[in-house]
Amino acid sequence: MSSSYLIRIKGFTLPLSVASEGAMGRTGSWRTFKPVINYSKCIKCYLCWLHCPFSVISKDSSGVVIDYEYCKGCGICYDVCPTKAIVMVPER
Amino acid sequence: MVVLPLTGNYAVAWAVKRARVKVIAAYPITPQTTIVEKLSEMVENGELDAKMIRVESEHSALAAVYGAAIAGARAFTATSSHGLLYMHEVLWWVSASRVPLVMAIVTRAIGPPWNIWTDHSDLLDQRDTGWIISMAESNQEAFDLTLQAFKITEDDRVNLPMIVGLDAFILSHTTAPVDVLEQEDVDRWLPERKQLYVIDPNNRFSLGNIASPKDYMMFRYDIEKAMDNARRVILEVDREYGKVFGREYGGLVECYKCSDAKYTVVAMGAWAGDAKEAIDILRDNGYAVGVLRIRFIRPLPVNEILNYLSGMKGVIVLDRSVSFGAGGQLFTEVSSILASRGRPPAMKGVIAGLGGVDVSYSEIKDIVLKFINEVEDQGWFIKRQEWFMPYEYSFKDYG
Ligand code: SF4
Ligand code: SF4
Repeated sequence: MSSSYLIRIKGFTLPLSVASEGAMGRTGSWRTFKPVINYSKCIKCYLCWLHCPFSVISKDSSGVVIDYEYCKGCGICYDVCPTKAIVMVPER
Repeated sequence: MVVLPLTGNYAVAWAVKRARVKVIAAYPITPQTTIVEKLSEMVENGELDAKMIRVESEHSALAAVYGAAIAGARAFTATSSHGLLYMHEVLWWVSASRVPLVMAIVTRAIGPPWNIWTDHSDLLDQRDTGWIISMAESNQEAFDLTLQAFKITEDDRVNLPMIVGLDAFILSHTTAPVDVLEQEDVDRWLPERKQLYVIDPNNRFSLGNIASPKDYMMFRYDIEKAMDNARRVILEVDREYGKVFGREYGGLVECYKCSDAKYTVVAMGAWAGDAKEAIDILRDNGYAVGVLRIRFIRPLPVNEILNYLSGMKGVIVLDRSVSFGAGGQLFTEVSSILASRGRPPAMKGVIAGLGGVDVSYSEIKDIVLKFINEVEDQGWFIKRQEWFMPYEYSFKDYG
């Protein structure tokens, strides 16, 4: 993280930051398990999209897509999916 | 002027009402409870247009008003003792987020053993959190400090939260006449809430994200800078309040007859009033003594302590708390400041009144007289701690 994310107001540095892509580096490299979506089971409920703590799941025409550049592999999407459409595959 | 008979707790509630606080959250704990009890009554009967949030713990109480404050609302909470210790983590969140917020602490001993009486350990346990910390001597001062706290914390140069301390029962549950001012006068004096930033769903940012070591240290430096600014702001607000409402206390400290004194008693909170009475009696008997009352422990009144005390022959510090293995906190701080300017005056730290042990003006008179006699007989010395028990008890009873 660089100091360009710091916000200064009236002479004080504040612990505020504006979200920007990749501000924390390529967090995708942290993964030990990778969430993989089986689209035939996906019912587009968007629960995974809502719960992903890193906001790396986006909505598109096919339903949901995971950005693996930044997905940390925490497995929360896997946990909340009501149809077990997401499987966690070990990274090699 | 609107003078009402109020307990210290009700005086605080009145100040919160006069400041037109918008959000209140608290969890009941003796002896604080009647502050928020009174406030919820005011909200219930429409006297105060505020939201009262019921929470499951003190940790949540401070977290709730912290959220409200970040969203731009003038907010308030109150607690004591174990409730305050449970809140401790959130105190850091509030101060380091640089958000103005006011909290009353009715000082109470920490268990075990269980004890609900006054003791300053809970308050002083918060010294390093980045909150401005004040302590009242009277119900009137509890009202004045609470009202002033909103102006001090919301000042552009400060933007730090503030604690107003008052002693359990001695102030919190004892009734005295309190001037609660006219609402219109307070409205003219206290501006609308200001703060550095407000959470806004249309202009998103995150708070408290991870920061590099260098950035982290920068934040800390700015809190120190704001604390230093607070010294000036507290003095300005005190003077201005004096001009408008007729009560001025002296800023970070109050000096009572210490300008021509050779010996001075340093004390904080309600018993500083007893110390003043003790000093009056000693003065009647020819002793040149005074009282330096600490009104703010953070920011520490460094210059005031140097200016008032460095020329004294002797300084005796009364602590209603102890940092185990170090002595009284006030003694430690006052002595370190005085030692920074060559040889300090003769000094003694007295630890007394823990867990509400009653110490009145007559005991303080004896404590001070003993110190004066020791210095006059033995010459200069420094005694870091001496534990005082009133005469009907003795530490020897415990073997
Ligand atoms: S594994 Fe975690 S980070 Fe990755 S998409 Fe699922 S919830 Fe998001
Ligand atoms: S939670 Fe499962 S079913 Fe719902 S959108 Fe995500 S992958 Fe599809």
